[in-house]
Amino acid sequence: MSQQSEHQERRDAYWNANKRIMFGCLVVWFIVSFGFGIVLAEPLDNIQLFGYPLGFWFAQQGSIYTFLILIFFYAWRMNKLDREHDVHEE
Amino acid sequence: MDNLQLLTYIVVGFTFVLYIGIAVWSRAHTTGDFYVAGKGVHPIANGMATAADWMSAASFISMAGLIAFLGYDGSVYLMGWTGGYVLLALLLAPYLRKYGKFTVPSFIADRYYSKSARVVAVICLIFISFTYVAGQMRGVGIVFSRFLEVEILTGLLVGMGVVFIYAVLGGMKGITYTQVAQYCVLIFAYTVPAVFISIQLTGNPFPQLGLGSTVVGSESMYLLEKLDLVVQDLGFGAYTDGSKAMIDVAAITLALMVGTAGLPHVIVRFFTVPKVSDARKSAGWALLFIALLYTTAPAVGAMARLNLIETIWPGEVAESQPLAYEERPEWFRTWENTGLLDFTDKNGDGMIQYYNDANPEFAPTAEAKGWEGNELMVDRDIMVLANPEIANLPNWVIALVAAGGIAAALSTAAGLLLVISSAVSHDLVKNIFAPNMSDRGELLTGRIAAAVAICVAGYLGYNPPGFVAQVVAFAFGLAAASLFPAIIMGIFSTRINREGAIAGMLTGLIFTFGYILYFKGIFITPLAENIPANWLFGISPEGIGVVGMLLNFGVAFTVSRFTAAPPVHIRELIEDIRVPRGAGGAEAH
Repeated sequence: MSQQSEHQERRDAYWNANKRIMFGCLVVWFIVSFGFGIVLAEPLDNIQLFGYPLGFWFAQQGSIYTFLILIFFYAWRMNKLDREHDVHEE
Repeated sequence: MDNLQLLTYIVVGFTFVLYIGIAVWSRAHTTGDFYVAGKGVHPIANGMATAADWMSAASFISMAGLIAFLGYDGSVYLMGWTGGYVLLALLLAPYLRKYGKFTVPSFIADRYYSKSARVVAVICLIFISFTYVAGQMRGVGIVFSRFLEVEILTGLLVGMGVVFIYAVLGGMKGITYTQVAQYCVLIFAYTVPAVFISIQLTGNPFPQLGLGSTVVGSESMYLLEKLDLVVQDLGFGAYTDGSKAMIDVAAITLALMVGTAGLPHVIVRFFTVPKVSDARKSAGWALLFIALLYTTAPAVGAMARLNLIETIWPGEVAESQPLAYEERPEWFRTWENTGLLDFTDKNGDGMIQYYNDANPEFAPTAEAKGWEGNELMVDRDIMVLANPEIANLPNWVIALVAAGGIAAALSTAAGLLLVISSAVSHDLVKNIFAPNMSDRGELLTGRIAAAVAICVAGYLGYNPPGFVAQVVAFAFGLAAASLFPAIIMGIFSTRINREGAIAGMLTGLIFTFGYILYFKGIFITPLAENIPANWLFGISPEGIGVVGMLLNFGVAFTVSRFTAAPPVHIRELIEDIRVPRGAGGAEAH
């Protein structure tokens, strides 16, 4: 029984670590799109990024670039986590 | 037949030969090949296929035009249709790949240990996919009829024939590799005109940077600044400002994001890669290939809008005289014939007054100049379709745009038809009506279902029911309110049970369906006028899927609390899909 509960503990540790990484990524996802691109778009528009008002840039360009970085970061970080917890695929 | 038409026939014909060739080379031998391409697709190839699958006729033909006329408000489509991939990669794709079955309803049926849940999921899936596919077939017909000047029906039949060959013969395997080719055709066709136009207007070959650059011939005037000025001179709102309420913008964006992550034909693409880690990576590749088009589209929209206004107002905008109708350029005549451009000389002066006649503050200015209403009707689709002609690009670019539009429509149609056929053959026939069917029997059933689905889609494309224009609201809203929450809760909660999931899906589905029906009146007359004052919390029917999703979550949690917890083997199933190790190859039930 103790071996089984240890196994369960390891699984929980992996799952909790995964949830933390996921949550962090989702916070960034939310801030760039709903934060910078929508709610804060108007004040940010007073700042210029070359010819772009910054809020407009986040809504039509910046959020998409951030999404891309987020997914590749998550994939890389999870591969690392899988190995650390020895649950990676062969 | 003139030179351009001949060229278009050659380019489109060449792409068709390519698609059929790929289908013959990669035809399916087993149900595993047919449903999930034998789970052997490289993550980059899968990313391209997902991108082609995802980017429909609407993305290719209509989106840039929508943005051109909506300005900032068009951002909902850009963020909504890309942000969903973050949800897919983080919350869905790796777990569903680990689970390792063929279809979305299969996951819902197993996780909620219920045939009723399977049937509810199949109903959601079929409804979402058919509304979507009707629009695609229509898109194929329209591209054919405009560029090749054949009847819509002929265009539709040719399109159906090509999809029939590679979807029925090749199944998921044929579709996947054809989609890779279709992606290359469509992205090339989209970016080439965009690059040329960006160079013409800003001198920068990258449209994404051109949109933030100064215009040619000026050191200090930025393109967006200039666009803001000229549209305001014509009585429109500033291009970089929005006019929608913030809550509605946020709701639509979220509904499109969640809807994207809940669309069965997108989810199923992540069943085709060999490993869980590939599923995560593949979502990134898919978004990279999608982003190439989605970051170009806002540049195409803004630049096409500026080009259009400068064509109509060759001098100082709204101050000097606009273009005389007699002096209209060649492309103007061509597109007038299609009805996408329409000039009515309201004040009889022979000039094209293009401005915003719906703005009461601008009315006195217009009246003082003797304008009696906007005289030019511009269909938004023209912004992409006529773009190469407006910019005086060579004929081969125009032919390429035709091939790209067809590729975008066909690739999405094929992906949708496949999920419909697998839901019918695998979820309904194999798992409910004829459990003893052999693999070969199931493969044959899948092919027949695909063939029937193509005919229904073709019929819907030729006789579009009144609701085709509302498809976006419907398909995304329903996906967001029904399938997405059921899948998410199935992975992240061990407590949600059969009763909770079914009650939640039905609540989300009925609420969203009812709300859209109430304002848009599909089959019936709308029960209330579709204006912000009437909306619940100020959220339009396009964004209401978000409320449906929240209701789904709420009902599912409440009902699950008061009914028996899921059995032990379900708990084990959930524990198992959360861990990558042990994802095998294709397996059937």
